[in-house]
Amino acid sequence: MTSLLKLTSTMLVVSAMAMTLVAVSPSARANSLYHDLGEREGIEILMEDLLLYVAEDKRINHHFVDIDILRLHEKLSEQICELAGGPCVYTGDDMVTSHTGMDLTNTDFNALVEALQKAMDDRNISVGAQNRLLALLAPMHGDIVGR
Amino acid sequence: MDGQIQIGMRLWLGVVGVAASLLLLAPAEAASGRLLATGGATSIEGAAGGGLVPWAVISGYTEDDQFGGTVTLSRAQVDDYRLDVTAAAFSYGNRFEFSVAQQMFTLENLGAELRQQVIGAKYKVAGDLIYGNIPQISVGGMYKRNTRYDLPQAVGSERDSDWEAYVAVSRAWLAGPFDRTWLANATIRSTRANQTGLLGYGGDLNDSHELQLEAALGMFLHRSLAVGVEYRQKPDNLSFAREQDWMSAFVAWFPSKHVALVGAYVDLGEIAGARNQTGYYLSLQASF
Ligand code: HEM
Repeated sequence: MTSLLKLTSTMLVVSAMAMTLVAVSPSARANSLYHDLGEREGIEILMEDLLLYVAEDKRINHHFVDIDILRLHEKLSEQICELAGGPCVYTGDDMVTSHTGMDLTNTDFNALVEALQKAMDDRNISVGAQNRLLALLAPMHGDIVGR
Repeated sequence: MDGQIQIGMRLWLGVVGVAASLLLLAPAEAASGRLLATGGATSIEGAAGGGLVPWAVISGYTEDDQFGGTVTLSRAQVDDYRLDVTAAAFSYGNRFEFSVAQQMFTLENLGAELRQQVIGAKYKVAGDLIYGNIPQISVGGMYKRNTRYDLPQAVGSERDSDWEAYVAVSRAWLAGPFDRTWLANATIRSTRANQTGLLGYGGDLNDSHELQLEAALGMFLHRSLAVGVEYRQKPDNLSFAREQDWMSAFVAWFPSKHVALVGAYVDLGEIAGARNQTGYYLSLQASF
């Protein structure tokens, strides 16, 4: 029992330490995400794979039938590149504007996340880099779902 | 007494029957709107959670207006006792969960057994496990009854059935320490159950509901494999034997949205006079 308590407190201490480390240099870490995603070219391939998985997914592919898919690919790539700390500038519309009228659900959002996870698995992107990208995208949920 | 057991059995079969037919009604495709592992596993009392603790998460993978369910078999084997649990849960959206659990607790040295049924409901009142700024907050209730009451009565239990209520808060951090996804849960339960109710409810030392704290902390090594610890505070109502808090260290594997497998080391402390009850816990959950 005491050993379990020790385990718990050890985990807590270790997490506290790790959180401090994470807080030290956010920009350097974001930049390394850009690197981990394979820089501009890797991100473009990743976004292509993502859209291919989206096209296969019956839960959400109907949202993507009548759109300019090349523009979407380009804007998505720019956005992810910029988010990941790369030398890109996102030139598309904001998230609320681009998803208004679609009435997207939580299921839709999670389906897109799953497509992204599969695409990242295929590109052998590390668990840590996958998590960091997802953590940057999750806060957009409120701007995208239910509009 | 016999009549009571029969009514209990019929009630139980009815509940299981309803749960089973709801599961059959739920189309396999419908219940997949949430991300892997976000329904947790099935706790020993049937509610979605870890192993020992009900969490704020809703069972299975239902989101929006989907419905679905889970069925689970679990076993805890410690030095002198074994707990076997059969459980089923039905869920609607990422909002509501209804669960049933049948527990059999074998006292291996005495050749005796204890039996408890638990019917539970959980409702998510606010927030979300992953999205937005508010953690997922759920309220739940459990109705528990002993379907064999000879031993609980003999050791001083005050009644053979009781209610419990709890509030649970769960939150995941997608990229927490070590860039891993972490999940934390805290639950406050109002209870007067002896050994979670296996030894009845209330006793000579205390016969009123008390607030108990339960907690869990887990880390996902990757999105289908998590390790963590759980802690469950328990009341100490009976003078015949001391009751202690429970703890576990677990590994949970989610090979797909249809299966979850949990293995754990459990420390159940002193039970009915037998000290240092430690051992393993295994749980297999299927989701529809
Ligand atoms: C974090 C999640 C998401 C991100 C980062 C994202 C990002 C984007 C971006 C950058 C655009 C292009 C905006 C522009 O053209 O200026 C866009 C458009 C679009 N998004 Fe999303 N999106 C997300 C979630 C979703 C979801 C869940 C769906 C549906 C299942 C969806 C469906 C669409 C569609 C159909 C368009 C094209 C709109 C049009 O061209 O008319 N998005 N999104």
